[in-house]
Amino acid sequence: MSQRVVLDASDIERCLKRIAHEILEANEGHSDLIILGIPTRGIHLANRIAKIIGLIEPDYQLAAGSLDITMYRDDLVSKERKITPTQIPTSGLDGKVVVLVDDVLFSGRTVRAALDAITDIGRPRQVKLAVLADRGHRELPIRPDFVGKNLPTSTKERVSVLLAETDGEDKVVIGE
Amino acid sequence: MKHLVSAADLSRADAIHLLNNAQELGAVSLREVKRLPALRGKTIVNLFVENSTRTRISFEIAATRLSADVINFSAATSSLSKGESLKDTAQTLQALGADAIVIRHPASGAAHNLAHRGWVNASIVNAGDGSHEHPTQALLDALTIRQRLSTGEDLSGVKVLIVGDIKHSRVARSNIHLLQTLGAEVEVAGPETLMPIGIEELGVTTSLNFEDSLAKKPHVVMMLRVQRERMLQNQLGSEREYSKNWSLADQRLRSLSKDCVILHPGPMNRGLEISSEAADDPRSAILEQVANGVSVRMAVLYQVLAGGEV
Repeated sequence: MSQRVVLDASDIERCLKRIAHEILEANEGHSDLIILGIPTRGIHLANRIAKIIGLIEPDYQLAAGSLDITMYRDDLVSKERKITPTQIPTSGLDGKVVVLVDDVLFSGRTVRAALDAITDIGRPRQVKLAVLADRGHRELPIRPDFVGKNLPTSTKERVSVLLAETDGEDKVVIGE
Repeated sequence: MKHLVSAADLSRADAIHLLNNAQELGAVSLREVKRLPALRGKTIVNLFVENSTRTRISFEIAATRLSADVINFSAATSSLSKGESLKDTAQTLQALGADAIVIRHPASGAAHNLAHRGWVNASIVNAGDGSHEHPTQALLDALTIRQRLSTGEDLSGVKVLIVGDIKHSRVARSNIHLLQTLGAEVEVAGPETLMPIGIEELGVTTSLNFEDSLAKKPHVVMMLRVQRERMLQNQLGSEREYSKNWSLADQRLRSLSKDCVILHPGPMNRGLEISSEAADDPRSAILEQVANGVSVRMAVLYQVLAGGEV
């Protein structure tokens, strides 16, 4: 199987730094900002982005969490799924600016499920979407606000994001 | 996993997967919106040929929390009381569009027949069949023990004592299978007339004396309900005699270690197998069992209807 690395560790770090700056710029600061990761790798990316925001603006109170969307998927019968904890900062989501973070944006169905999950938890003022890689082929009217890298792919290709927390190294690869 | 008929069918990995999912699903009960859309559009029939209000309500709440449609079907008001066979009833429910049938039946093996005779395609969940099994009860007991003792994923090294009418108890049988699969050591204790011959073959130790068993300092004491409806009077002896020898009360309660967990599947006969003092003791986890029952049944219904093949 042929694989090519499209982002290495330093590329990923640069992307996340830029996204963190863009989030702060769009939000005009860090007030009411909550960074929510979608399992599995979205959580690690969300934590990293929150940490970078904390470095840029030292008085930012780290507000990162995770959002389980297993029970909101529209493709239930495909395979068994493990339900993971949903962890929302104690301040809740009402009136906040929520930035959803995922590794790869593809059909948009995961994000659709995440939006439904958020609706059941609270009513944020705004929901934004940050992804490390956007590979196109959307099946729903969903677009990201912050993109690490646009990766034009064919539907046959597989985009895999590897992160140190789960896979031992940081890289994004495209394989057949 | 298409059906859940017996706790004996669950591998260690299956059981842990269900318990982990149940643990996460329990959090939904604490939310303002106590509902997940996972089983939207699915129809679940509660086929309760034998009455059980609390188990039926627990399954009903679990199904509702997952947005499934629930139809309750009780024997007294159905064609079963007119002599319709279980097969015909089940096939009728299937024709009406049931995706899963939760069955409680007085005959051991009823759930197995529905699941494996090819009568219906619906998923079958056993909610208690005769004196055979009650797998969701065992799962909720395991989850409660896991939470109380913070044992991690499985129950390895936990000593569990099950006390009472072992012979007629499907709760005991399901627990014997599941708790041992999860690594616990199980002892069963009860009067000789209610102790099935050959129960040791399931891997448990047996005892005919409550005090002897308590002297081994179990981490969990599970009291079984005295099932008057399932018993011939001569097996029980007098209630006073049973309560003297087998009730969790007074000195026996005081002899339990301070972090021992007291379980009872309910409904309790206070003053018979368990004293009010024991039932209301801080070591009693009986209400947690009820709450965990909903979480476990959500995990099971999700698994059989959406989990795909195992």
